[in-house]
Amino acid sequence: MSAPAKATPSVPTADAPAKRRRGRGHRPAVLITQIALAVVVVLGWELCSRNGIVDEFFFSKPSDILSRAVDWFVTGSIWEHLRVTLVEAALALVIGGVLGLVIGFLLARVEFIAAVFDPYIKMLNALPRVVLAPIFLLWFGLGIWSKVAFGVTLVFFIVFFNTYQGVREVDRVVVDNARMLGAKQGQLVRHVLLPSALTWIFSSLHISVGFAIVGAVVGEYLGASKGVGYLISQAEGTFDTTGVFAGMVVLSAVVLVVDVAVNRVERYLLRWKPTQANHIAGGQ
Amino acid sequence: MGDDGVATAIELRGVTMAYRAKGADYTAVSDVDLTVGTGRFVSVVGPTGCGKSTVLNAVAGLLTPAAGQVLVDGKPLRGLNRKAGYMFQQDGLLPWKTVLDNVAFGLQLRGVSKSERAELARDWIARVGLAGFEDAYPHQLSGGMRKRTAVAQSWIGDPEMLLMDEPFGALDVQTRQVMENELLTLWTGSEKTVLFVTHDLDEAVSLSDEVVLLSAGPASRIVGTYAVDLPRPRNLLDIRTSPEFTEIYRAIWSDLRDEVMKTYERTSEGDAVGADR
Repeated sequence: MSAPAKATPSVPTADAPAKRRRGRGHRPAVLITQIALAVVVVLGWELCSRNGIVDEFFFSKPSDILSRAVDWFVTGSIWEHLRVTLVEAALALVIGGVLGLVIGFLLARVEFIAAVFDPYIKMLNALPRVVLAPIFLLWFGLGIWSKVAFGVTLVFFIVFFNTYQGVREVDRVVVDNARMLGAKQGQLVRHVLLPSALTWIFSSLHISVGFAIVGAVVGEYLGASKGVGYLISQAEGTFDTTGVFAGMVVLSAVVLVVDVAVNRVERYLLRWKPTQANHIAGGQ
Repeated sequence: MGDDGVATAIELRGVTMAYRAKGADYTAVSDVDLTVGTGRFVSVVGPTGCGKSTVLNAVAGLLTPAAGQVLVDGKPLRGLNRKAGYMFQQDGLLPWKTVLDNVAFGLQLRGVSKSERAELARDWIARVGLAGFEDAYPHQLSGGMRKRTAVAQSWIGDPEMLLMDEPFGALDVQTRQVMENELLTLWTGSEKTVLFVTHDLDEAVSLSDEVVLLSAGPASRIVGTYAVDLPRPRNLLDIRTSPEFTEIYRAIWSDLRDEVMKTYERTSEGDAVGADR
């Protein structure tokens, strides 16, 4: 073509990174207030416990909780529990994800199957998942698989609904364009439908990962011989509040770390997307 | 067959297009006969909602006629028109692919090796003036740049014919004129048949060899076919002020105006009719 560049009114920012924090000018103030809040709450708790305003038996105190958590890491006893919990969560995420993807895809593509399964899927999704835990314990035993199964029931529906939506809402024009460019059925799935569904799935990755961990921990809590959930339930069984809180602290710290990692992964996988509207809530 | 022994690339014989919308049959176009000679640039114009795009989709094979026949190079069209490239009104780019991968997409589907298609795609990206934006994603581009990407995407496969559905409709006037000019430059000497749909008579006259006018919908028919014998190569930036242009434009416009008025009247009546649907 003869006259390039002339017709391009706006020069785009070719590699604008995802700047999702709004109001950057307020950041130091926000950070300082956040830290101050944490200090006040923790110190207040500590003082109240020491002065007997709250009962240490029920509420423990931050210094004890911290030293317990540090102790776990120093002796290394926590690692095995963390490993088990994370392995369970990872397996639940992968198995639930693949199942949700495949079944979501199938239902989105085949109208008949979707019509047949619709009420059953709604019914299963309406079921409070915790009631399944006992039956999974019976079926899969006390080992990791009962927790994985439990996590799968949580993850599956999120991925399933997002896949279903993603495949159905794929842009008609994009599909027609791909077909006109010569895409056969299989290529259409690989280059258009799957990426469209994956967009939705990645957008709900936070929720899926969160639920996978919830599944593992709740499963362990109800009956296990290892894992962070087991640790917490053991502490509870001996009225060891410090242990319960320490387990909670460790768990939330780990979830935070995982969340940061998921954020990185998501930003990489969805790098082609406009920076706003990056987050779409999951199926639940 | 055209008059001067020009081969026919696209032929519509008594084509009627209908679809069901909310239980009621809606006839978009009825009994359309249209012949497009090989290598010709033919535009279809008509008032809004007259089924221009529907005709184009029939030629593309994306829609099947309710009656009549679509012939491509003299053979009845079955399934998708494999000889045609299609430029859509809206964005058909794959948002998750870079400019390079989007342009190379058609070749990728055909199984052209990675290095070969990247080379060809770079070539085309440079031709449409997007060098340097190979790794950008569609959302990072302006409307005009996305159109350039779409042009490269449909031309890279070297289709015999190009179907264009108001490709520049969404662009601002200046960008649009530049894009039209570039399209013409690209087309000149390419011997490709172009079927171009637009509601803009100005655009249709300045680009085409022939303008086909569709009547107001529903059940639009062809009102007339007008030859545009302006000399080529044309400079689109000047052509609009030439007396020949004005003359042809006026001739078509007097017919088009009637159709536009009909559409307008029907729409105002249609508000009452539409209510009981």
